[in-house]
Amino acid sequence: MTSSLFFNITTFGYFASMVMFIAYVATRSNAVAMIARVTGGAGFVANTIAIGLRWYESYQLLGVDGRAPLTNLYESVVFFAWSILLVYMLIDFKYKQPSVGAFVLPFAFISMIWAQLSLSNAIDPLVPALQSNWLTYHVITCFLGYAAFAVACGVSIMYLIKIGKEEKHADESPIGGILGVFPSTKVLDDINYKAIMIGFPLLTLGIVTGAAWANYAWGTYWSWDPKETWSLIVWFVYAAFLHARFTRGWVGRRAAWLSIIGFAATIFCYLGVNLVLSGLHSYGGA
Amino acid sequence: MAHNQRNIIDRTWDFFCSLKLTIITLLLLAITSIIGTVLQQNASPEEYIREYGQSNYELFVKLQFTDMYHSWWFVGILALFSANLICCSIKNFPRAWKFVTSPALIAGEGTLKNSVNRAEFSSKEEPQQLAQRLAGTLEKAFTKPTLTEDDGKLHLFAQKGIYSRFGAYITHLSILVIMLGAIMGTVWGYKAYVNIAEGTSTAQVWPRGSQTPMDLGFEVRCDDFTVTYYDGTQRPKDYTSDLVVIDNGQEVIKKTIEVNDPLTYKGITFYQSSYGPAGNASFKVQVKVRESGEVLNLRVVQGQNTPLPGGYAFAVTDYAPNYDRFGPAAQLRVNTPNGQQGAPFIVLQQFPQFDEKRAGIFSFTLAGYDEPPMYTGLSVAKDPGVWVVWVGCFMMVFGSCGAFFFSHRRIWICLDEQNGKTRVRVAASAHRNQPAFSMAFDEMKKDLAQTIENKA
Ligand code: HEM
Repeated sequence: MTSSLFFNITTFGYFASMVMFIAYVATRSNAVAMIARVTGGAGFVANTIAIGLRWYESYQLLGVDGRAPLTNLYESVVFFAWSILLVYMLIDFKYKQPSVGAFVLPFAFISMIWAQLSLSNAIDPLVPALQSNWLTYHVITCFLGYAAFAVACGVSIMYLIKIGKEEKHADESPIGGILGVFPSTKVLDDINYKAIMIGFPLLTLGIVTGAAWANYAWGTYWSWDPKETWSLIVWFVYAAFLHARFTRGWVGRRAAWLSIIGFAATIFCYLGVNLVLSGLHSYGGA
Repeated sequence: MAHNQRNIIDRTWDFFCSLKLTIITLLLLAITSIIGTVLQQNASPEEYIREYGQSNYELFVKLQFTDMYHSWWFVGILALFSANLICCSIKNFPRAWKFVTSPALIAGEGTLKNSVNRAEFSSKEEPQQLAQRLAGTLEKAFTKPTLTEDDGKLHLFAQKGIYSRFGAYITHLSILVIMLGAIMGTVWGYKAYVNIAEGTSTAQVWPRGSQTPMDLGFEVRCDDFTVTYYDGTQRPKDYTSDLVVIDNGQEVIKKTIEVNDPLTYKGITFYQSSYGPAGNASFKVQVKVRESGEVLNLRVVQGQNTPLPGGYAFAVTDYAPNYDRFGPAAQLRVNTPNGQQGAPFIVLQQFPQFDEKRAGIFSFTLAGYDEPPMYTGLSVAKDPGVWVVWVGCFMMVFGSCGAFFFSHRRIWICLDEQNGKTRVRVAASAHRNQPAFSMAFDEMKKDLAQTIENKA
C-alpha cells in the first residue's frame, strides 16, 4: 500500500463525486446526491490516508530527515484538494444543498488530476530554509483559507447564474429546470459570506505565521516580495468584500464578483507568482 | 457662513468615516500593490533602462515605481486608510461602549412587538413569583438575568457575548498597532550584514545601503563554519556557524546558529544568511630536485609563486578533494627562470610516486592540504518594533474571530397584569448570525413555556 495508490483513488473518488453532483443537478434525484456525497467522502478518506502514508514514507526514505508532507508544489496541491473537501463537507453539513457540490468538487478534482499528471511527486529532503515548524503552521492555515475561498467562488458562480436567470424571467414565478435545484440566491449569498468569514481569519493567520517565520529565518517579517505582496492583495480584496456587506448596493451581484476576483487573486498568489513572477518562495519554476 | 463651514467640516468628517472610503482604499491598495510585483523593485538604473528604455525609466522614477511601497502616493493611501480607521472608530465606538455602560435592561414596546424572535404567554400565577421561576429557567438555558421593576411591570434581561461588539474595534486597532510597530522598527532599528572569517571576530556591521560600518558595542567571533550535505547528494542540509559573543572582554554567549535558528544579544539578532571562501587553500608540497636528490618541504598557498633552486618557481593553481576517485589532487605549474609558464600537471596525494614519471627538473609530491578558511555571512537585525507587530497580529486574529464567530445575544422578558392574568412577553436578538440564534431561541421558548405551564 503506497501513498500514490491512495492518491489515485482520491483522484478517482473526486472525479466520480463531481460527475454524480452534476448528475444530481440534472436529475434532482436524492439517491444520486447521496452517491455523490459518499464518493466525495470516500475520496476525502483516501486523500487523508494518502497524505498520512506519504508522511510515513518520508521517514522511511529519509530517516530522521522525514517531514510533514507540505513542502513542495505536489504536496501543497494535494493538500489544497483535501482542504477544499474539508470545507465543502462542513458547509454541506450545515446547508445540505447538494447542487453546491457540482461547483466545488471540480476545483478539488482539477487540483488532483493536475498534481497526478504533471507534477513531480519525488520526496526530497528539505533545504535549510524550509526546516522550520513555522512552515507547517503557515501552509495549513493558508490552504484552509484558500479552500474556503474556493467554496465561496463556486457558490458565487452559482449566484451569478441564478440571479441572471431570475432577473430575466422575473414575471414567471418559481424557476424550474436545472436552476430549480440551486439554493435560493439569498442562501447562496449567505454561503458565500460564511465561507469567506471562515477563510479570512485563516488567511490572516497564514500571513502572520509566514511573517513570523520570515522574521525567524531572515530577520525581516515583511519584505514586499511578490508572494507576500500578493497574499496581501488577496487579503485586501476579501477585507473589501466583508466591508461591502455593511453597505447597501454592494451585496448580491457585486459581492459575488468580488468573491470571484478574490479567488482569482488567490490562485495567482498560489501559482501565478511562482510560475509567472519571480520571488523568494521555494517551489518556483516547478 | 458659519453654517456653510459647519457643513464642510461635517462632510469631510463623514467622508473619513465612510465605509465606501474603506472599500475604495482597500481595492486601491490591492490594485496598486500589483505594480511592485510586476516591476522589479530597487534594481539599478542600468537594469531598468536595459529592460524598459530610457524614457520609461524616467517615468518610473517620476512616479516612484522603482520603490513604490515607499512612494509618497502609496504611503498616502496607507495614511488615508489609517485616517478612515481612526475616524470610524471614534464615531462608532461610543455607541458600542454604551452596551456595556448602560445595557437596555428594559425592552421597549417596539422590541416586544416587532422582534423577529418573540413569544407571548399568559398565566394565572402572580407576576413576582413567576418572574423568579422564569429567571431560574433563563439562568439554566442561557445566563443569569437581571430583574428590574418599572411602572408596575417586571423586566428580566439577560445577555451573552457582549465582547463580540468590540471585535471589529480590536481588529481595526490592531492594524494601527502593526503600523506603529513597523514605524518603530524603521526609526529605531536597522538591517545590516557582516561577513566573519572563521577564527576571526568583528565589532562592526554594514548597514544595508550604506558605505560606512557601524559599531555593535560588542564583538562577535566565528569559531567555525560548516556546510553539511544530505548523504550522497549536493543538496545542502545545514549551514552552521559557531558564534561567540564577547562583551567587555568576556565571552558571554556561545551558540551554533543555523538557518531558522539565530542568535540574539542585546536586542541585536544574527541570522545565518550566506557563506563563502575567505582566502585560499594551502598545501604541503615536497619537492625533489632530480639532479641533486635534494628534498625541500614547502608550505604554499594556492595561486602564489614559490621560488625553487636555480631561479625556477612553482604555483598550485587548482585542487580537488577527490580527483577522478584518486583522492586529493593538486594542479601545479613550474615557471622557468626567464618567467615562462610551464604546462599544468597534476599530483596525487595517494600516489606519491606518480610525478616521478613526469620528465622535469623537479618532481613534486602532495603531502597534505588545508581547505581554504570560510567566512560566514550573517544578516544582522535590530527591530525594537517587532514585538509591537506581534501584539498587533495577535489582536487582529482574536479580534476578527470575535467579530465573526460570536455575537451579542440578548433576551428580554416583560411581565405585567392584563385582564387579571399575568402576561409574559419575550423578545430576543442577536447582532450577528441570526438564523442560528433563532433556532436556539425556539428551544428556549419551549423551556419558558414549560416553566409557565408547570404552575399555571
Ligand atoms: C483593513 C483596514 C480596515 C478599514 C480601513 C476598516 C474600516 C471600517 C469601517 C470604516 C467600518 C465602518 C463602521 C461602521 O460604519 O459602522 C468598518 C466596520 C467593520 N469592520 Fe473594518 N476596517 C478594516 C479592516 C477590517 C478587518 C481586517 C476586519 C475584520 C477582520 C474588519 C471588520 C469590521 C467589522 C466587523 C465592521 C462592522 C462593525 C460593526 O458595525 O459591527 N475591518 N471597518
